[in-house]
Amino acid sequence: MSKEVRIQRGLNLKLKGKAEKQIHPIGAASVYALLPVDFPGLTPKLLVKEGDEVRAGQPLFCDKRDERILYCAPVSGEVASIDRGAKRVIEAVRILPDSEQKYTEVANWPIQGNKEEVQQWLMASGAWPFVRQRPYAVVADPSETPKSIHISCFNSVPLAADLEFALHGMEALFAAGIEVLKKLTPGKIHLNVDGSEAAPRFISETRGVEVNRFFGPHPASNIGVQIHHLDPLNKGEVVWYVQPQDVVLIGRLAIEHRYETERTVAVCGSGVEKPQYVKTRIGAQLSPVVQNNLKPGKQRVISGDILTGRKASAEGFLGTYHAQVTVIPEGDQPEFFGWLSIDPKKFSISRTLFAWLNPNKEYELDTNMHGEERAFVVSGEYEKVFPFDLYPVPLIKAIMAEDIERMERLGIYEVAEEDFALCEVVCTSKLPLQETVRHGLDLVRKEMM
Amino acid sequence: MKAARSFFDSVRPHFEKGGKWEKFYPAYDAFETFAFVPGHTAHSGAHIRDAIDLKRTMVTVIFAMIPCLLFGMYNVGLQHFRALGQPDTAFMEMFLFGALKVMPMVVVSYAVGLGIEFAFAIVKRHSINEGYLVSGMLIPLIMPVDIPLWMVAVSTVFAVVIGKEVFGGTGMNILNPALTARAFAFFAYPSWMSGDKVWVNTSGGTLVDGYSGSTILGNLAVTGKTGVGYADWSMAEMVIGTIPGSIGETSKIAVAIGALILLWTGIASWRIMLMSAVGALSMGLLFNALSAVVPSPEMQLYLAIPFWQHLIIGSWAFATVFMATDPVSGAQTNTGKLWYGFLIGFFGIMIRVFNPAYPEGMMLAILLMNVFAPLIDHYVIEANVRKRLKRVQPLTAKA
Repeated sequence: MSKEVRIQRGLNLKLKGKAEKQIHPIGAASVYALLPVDFPGLTPKLLVKEGDEVRAGQPLFCDKRDERILYCAPVSGEVASIDRGAKRVIEAVRILPDSEQKYTEVANWPIQGNKEEVQQWLMASGAWPFVRQRPYAVVADPSETPKSIHISCFNSVPLAADLEFALHGMEALFAAGIEVLKKLTPGKIHLNVDGSEAAPRFISETRGVEVNRFFGPHPASNIGVQIHHLDPLNKGEVVWYVQPQDVVLIGRLAIEHRYETERTVAVCGSGVEKPQYVKTRIGAQLSPVVQNNLKPGKQRVISGDILTGRKASAEGFLGTYHAQVTVIPEGDQPEFFGWLSIDPKKFSISRTLFAWLNPNKEYELDTNMHGEERAFVVSGEYEKVFPFDLYPVPLIKAIMAEDIERMERLGIYEVAEEDFALCEVVCTSKLPLQETVRHGLDLVRKEMM
Repeated sequence: MKAARSFFDSVRPHFEKGGKWEKFYPAYDAFETFAFVPGHTAHSGAHIRDAIDLKRTMVTVIFAMIPCLLFGMYNVGLQHFRALGQPDTAFMEMFLFGALKVMPMVVVSYAVGLGIEFAFAIVKRHSINEGYLVSGMLIPLIMPVDIPLWMVAVSTVFAVVIGKEVFGGTGMNILNPALTARAFAFFAYPSWMSGDKVWVNTSGGTLVDGYSGSTILGNLAVTGKTGVGYADWSMAEMVIGTIPGSIGETSKIAVAIGALILLWTGIASWRIMLMSAVGALSMGLLFNALSAVVPSPEMQLYLAIPFWQHLIIGSWAFATVFMATDPVSGAQTNTGKLWYGFLIGFFGIMIRVFNPAYPEGMMLAILLMNVFAPLIDHYVIEANVRKRLKRVQPLTAKA
């Protein structure tokens, strides 16, 4: 039964710099990289070395825990270098792209096959990392059977990329991807759409799925929020989820037999002169994406959205799961008596500033923390933006105390870092909540292994 | 501003590693971050942050207390000149008299409290937190005007050390620090915190005949009669606050202005305030019902005071708005706050009426509920946990 869910708690933060719906041509990137840090909980095992020629879709590294899960090159070319950081942790595998792309051979997908066979096909063609799971918000464990698969078909983050625009004309590919995913679960495939708009066109050719409509502010598009309201997770249960653009990638594998990582990405934020969409690939270096478009002054280039994205730079790379590049000014200047300032350009959900006077005002926010880290003092502020039937502060405290049993009882299985992103934004004590939640998830996952 | 910036920049090397005053870095840091919000940028998680921080929160509470402080100063002067038979003294003279009595208490409270916080921060090498900015203002407002300054200082030492720092500082305390100071003063120096000599400063002149400087509740506790004391004052005076009492708590109008500021900005919990009123009114109603059956005539009169008057004849209002709403020592779940607020109002009025040793029950009710707040939260959270556990079907053990 399709459900309608109304989210009461959350925050729609209006920011300047929403991408205009036109695709701007850019030059190809001169270097691409796959970053293991994009995949939390992954210990990579290298399968290539410097100088190797690879095709798009050829594995670069695999998961040490399950070597069938392959992480593949987004483009064809030569492995330029393998960047390592402290303790020889692999930070990036860089590829210099060919001028003409070569793809690996992808077999026909086993249309009559069972879950195991379809999984095997997905893993071999490199698409498995796009299937993630809750709990833990990591790449799905193929030995588990999910009770359902969810696709969040809209994006409610501030400056969100418009998925309808980005996936224009891809209805058939999306439908093909869904047909593949249907094999992976005995349960339903849920397409969760924005209730306040008409259903997006890219789902129009998909059949045999359940469409649920979500109303309300961000984080209505977070998969964790959607799962919590439709069919909450209990201990021992697993739900898988895939992003719509990755469903299209799987569809392309099935129909066009190639691992195509090109996608339409939004370039947004108050730090760019012209917010627009561009076509680029996963792992592309960001310089052609943002060059000649940055406003003067120190800007922060973020791969991903403003709440959960990874801090990069023009020399950084587009993350595997990211559909946008956000640029905002760095706020690294001290401010004289800033805590007394009543500057209307500052934003606060409390009424100590003036955001409440004009709910439609668009803000130009920078990266300043506006205060130092403190202990928990104020209560009740997270609950305003945390639409779960869970208590966020005791859960965070349980993670800080590394009390695994208490974490389980308080609902760690139902959340991921992104669900705490708004709590982190409004936190008076400036606590690093997303980092803390990730740590908690890693602890519990390790305990359960 | 540039002068301040260059001053801090020039002085900083002395406090950093290797500098002469390296171990006093927390003190330097406290002053620098007071003058300048640091240029720290988000390095993990979300890339933007709300402009609110603890300093802004605390300063909003201080703004909310200013009406009580200002009225308190005026009232100290007013009560003084009335006691000396000079009720028509000029407003400014009354206000200045009060200010000269109150400001030293405020200065002592802040100096001693912040001094201790600085010392703890330097010894333990953590940064100085802003929590004391509010407690430092509250402590004088809940003391009687005639209390010697050294008693204020000792109470502050007790409150900051035992009430806060030994637990880990701001955010870690179990009890409300300002009330801990008052409780200490109350039990250590009872003759300076109760009776009828301390609420009004009567120095420098001759008292009018038959003058009693007791508070309304003080009188009710002693006599139980609605005679001298209670019946002397009109409802208007109780609400406006031109009555004897602790410095900041007499004017319900000033408290209401503070409450509006705190509720409007979202800094204090409406749940605690509302339920405290509900609890107090419930207890009042219960007493009104019981007054018919109680044997002793004094008790009967006290119990028969109209239930709603309990909200204006003592420090119920000030305690509810500024003390009960302390987020750290109170209940932290929204449901918990409803119970916590209700029980504060309920017990506060109960202690006030039943126990002659404690004319005002709010201080003890709040301290009691501070201790029980974690238990209330525990049960609220357990109910939520159990609801989720009920969803689980019996599962076989994972391989």
